[in-house]
Amino acid sequence: MTPGSGERRMAVGRTSKLRNFHQAKWDEEIIFELSNPGERGVIPTAAEPGIVAEVGDGISAIPAHMLRETPPALPEISQMRVLKHFLRLSQQCLGADLNIDVGQGTCTVKYNPKINDVIAASPKAAELHPDQLEETVQGALEIIYKLDLFFREISGMDRFSLQPSSGSHAIFAMASIAQKYNETHGEADRRDEIITTIFSHPSDAAAAAVKGYKVITLYQNEDGLPEVEALSKAVSPRTAALFITNPEDTGIFNPHIIEFTRIVHDAGGLCCYDQANANGILGITRAREAGFDMCFFNLHKTFSTPHGCGGPAGAALGVVAHLADYLPVPLVEFDGAKYHLNYDVKHSIGRTRAFYGVFPVLLKAYSWIMSLGAEGLKQVARTAVLNNNYLLKKIRKIRGADAPFARGRHRIEQVRYSWEQLTKDTGVTTEDVTLRMADFGFHLWSSHHPFIVPQPFTIEPTESYSKEELDEYVEALEKVIEEAYENPDFVKGAPYNSVVHRIDQSTFDDPEKWAVTWRAYLKKHGKR
Amino acid sequence: MWNKEFMHPYIPNSVPEVRERMLEEIGVKDIEELYNEIPEELRFKGAMNLPEPLTSEYDLKRHVEEILAKNRSCEETVSFLGGGCYRHYVPAICDEINSRSEFLTAYAGEPYEDHGRFQALFEYESLMAELVDMDVVNVPTFDWCQAASTALRMACRITKRAKVLVADTISPNRLSAIRNYCHPVVAVGLIGHDPETGAVDLSDLQAKIADDIACVYFENPGYLGFLETAGETIADIAHGSGAICVVGVDPITLGILKPPAQYGADIVCGDIQSLGMHMFFGGATAGFIATRDEEKYVMEYPSRLFGIAETSVPGEYGFGDVAYDRTSFGVREEGKEFVGTAAALWGITAAVYLSLMGPQGMFEVGRTILQKTRYAMKRLSQVGGLRVPRFEAPHFKEFVVDFNGTSKTVEEINKGLVSKGFFGGQDLSREFPELGEAALYCVTEMHTRKDIDGLAEALSGVLK
Repeated sequence: MTPGSGERRMAVGRTSKLRNFHQAKWDEEIIFELSNPGERGVIPTAAEPGIVAEVGDGISAIPAHMLRETPPALPEISQMRVLKHFLRLSQQCLGADLNIDVGQGTCTVKYNPKINDVIAASPKAAELHPDQLEETVQGALEIIYKLDLFFREISGMDRFSLQPSSGSHAIFAMASIAQKYNETHGEADRRDEIITTIFSHPSDAAAAAVKGYKVITLYQNEDGLPEVEALSKAVSPRTAALFITNPEDTGIFNPHIIEFTRIVHDAGGLCCYDQANANGILGITRAREAGFDMCFFNLHKTFSTPHGCGGPAGAALGVVAHLADYLPVPLVEFDGAKYHLNYDVKHSIGRTRAFYGVFPVLLKAYSWIMSLGAEGLKQVARTAVLNNNYLLKKIRKIRGADAPFARGRHRIEQVRYSWEQLTKDTGVTTEDVTLRMADFGFHLWSSHHPFIVPQPFTIEPTESYSKEELDEYVEALEKVIEEAYENPDFVKGAPYNSVVHRIDQSTFDDPEKWAVTWRAYLKKHGKR
Repeated sequence: MWNKEFMHPYIPNSVPEVRERMLEEIGVKDIEELYNEIPEELRFKGAMNLPEPLTSEYDLKRHVEEILAKNRSCEETVSFLGGGCYRHYVPAICDEINSRSEFLTAYAGEPYEDHGRFQALFEYESLMAELVDMDVVNVPTFDWCQAASTALRMACRITKRAKVLVADTISPNRLSAIRNYCHPVVAVGLIGHDPETGAVDLSDLQAKIADDIACVYFENPGYLGFLETAGETIADIAHGSGAICVVGVDPITLGILKPPAQYGADIVCGDIQSLGMHMFFGGATAGFIATRDEEKYVMEYPSRLFGIAETSVPGEYGFGDVAYDRTSFGVREEGKEFVGTAAALWGITAAVYLSLMGPQGMFEVGRTILQKTRYAMKRLSQVGGLRVPRFEAPHFKEFVVDFNGTSKTVEEINKGLVSKGFFGGQDLSREFPELGEAALYCVTEMHTRKDIDGLAEALSGVLK
């Protein structure tokens, strides 16, 4: 076959077809079931005879009551079988490298360039201890310092910490800074409320509540947006801060955001911008112009670092100049010749994690920004928005699908859709569609709770997928919906080509039956 | 260069013809129109002052590697640093698995298309459960700071009390994170220690324990390397006033040392970086929390807990979230603390590590570490002016070296050691001023006799 020939010819205007997909299904055992007493997976190094001659077995130095009496019941498995087991499990998992991963809206599942993984695996990064003398880690400190400078440009904020371990962690740090700020100004007891919106991430509410804040949540109007009047009513002398995302999870940009920050500032509160996902607005609009005091970016979303099944993640937390003294310690400084760690930050909230941040993630984000530059970042945003509105147009045409709110208007980087009509017509729910999409090798996510949009699903195509791939995703959706209208029970029985069949969900909420570990499973289900 | 025709390898739909077709489908002429919801006053008119892009993959690689070349790694220099980030041997298969595209680039798929991710993390929970001898382990959180902070907050919710007691030999950095995480909802008090052994001062604990204390937290081994030998007594004292006993532990000790659950711990926490992760400048941490399988404990976890269940096909295993509605994903601020992306891939890596090691491997690595640590303590104690170990107690892999009998500061000594090819132990003079000039040394199975002898000689040289 010559390149480019055949039905799957990759060119504009090809006629694609649905893949006859079947996921790998190994029917793989639980690791403990592979154990054969006596087998070894890896043999640790032993102390040299000279050491043993000096100190004996080492164990006799430990008081007997502190020694483990029974060895841990870990499995005993030879090396290749362990490898095979985990490789099989990996094959039963659909990463973005294999999937057209547009179905996990809000999470910006984009291409994670392999070169960045190669760079981050360097022993010059992997074999670095955080407490080495500063002169031996100048390269690592330079990466952190330069990321601070990059994010200042991207956001308009004045200073960044790269310490937070994730977006939720950055939200928690923002809440901590707001509280410390109010304590410093003698207002912490009075300012005990934070305001957020229902289409901001659950952590905007939850992480603030950890700091003892009462949470006020603004709901949307028919445009899908929180109203200026509602905010005016919610603010008071008790307002510590506003935690808000924009565009919200609906993909709708709040054009009144500057009004929001003004109202909160007038009441003496701080304005915190959740930019976990900023993929549609890089270089287009910034936290500074909208009047925010703090913002953060998720490096594992917009800045392309891999999601790793749910981490390691990382975040960049930025503040305006008068809040720089509240950032977590240490900060990285540059004196023109050397980089160093600065622990002398007057009102610092202290540490938010061990050491200085998730360094391999920071390194990958640095490389990604360096590959694109200022215009490239803008190109990312513009393409993400193009792709999203293209999908919006196509998905709206699917029978039973809808994109509630802001009708006729463009969206930024994602859309929260609804299968409400489909459910009314056929009884097929978002969950059913999700499970049937798995049969075609696709992931489709509903949305964060609560489901304000009935039967929700959230799609975010990012800049990474080609038009052909977007078309292919839509085609699979169309196929599933066609099936739903023709034979709803068939869709409700899915998945058929996935790894497993419908899981008994009742187990997970029943303390008598749930089992978070194999040993608990064996005990509860009468096998041990 | 950056006109509409420029094609970046990461942005396929930059091809002008493709863009035109997509714009046509949308019904607009220009991408700019798609931004018409963003008011003019909010539009960023300037230019981001970022370096010129390195669009060639080779140029990029060379650029970053030139920066990294300014680092001196622990492969090039023999390091005795520990203090929460450790250089243990990472079996090749750990890196093989955690760099697999399927795991590396997966995120939040359903238990159907991401069955493997759920099973791998369920197995991680299960393997850790055997190591710590408890029935519930969470999907990893960020690090030990977060695991300990959450363990303390869980204890407060379970007991409906709002004060905790923490052994004051804890890592000051971890204590800083705990204090911020608890403030202002939970008050953190400190328990003193015996200056000779480092162990918890039982009379101070007795004096401070009260019926408003939610829990007592200590670490074993302690941050300063000594083993706490009175764990059972501490747990009894806590339980005697209705408090919970929380113990932080380095899991690599548990092939040899008794797991805290066996001397009274109700919640166990720590970091799994020792179990198959490289150091990454302190960035490869992941926290674990473990408890008994009691509803009142399970319902207080903020973390994901992946459980096993049956499917519609007999004999098939399926997985899912246990008690999802306790999480902030389920009920926002009504949930327990918060949950989000944390450190799952390190959990999978630790699962690979524990599967490879098995009980015998965990015993052997522990034994090797104990032998080499004892050897190092013995060798260093022969260096004039040093008191090694500073604390009269059994040690696992870390110990404090007291340099007060020398005329030099730890800072001077460590600078001298670097020039001789060694990273000396962590300077404690700022963290624990009462110890004077002292440093925390760490020995793992990776050190050879030559490394340790070399350190002793280098120290003798530096102190001359």
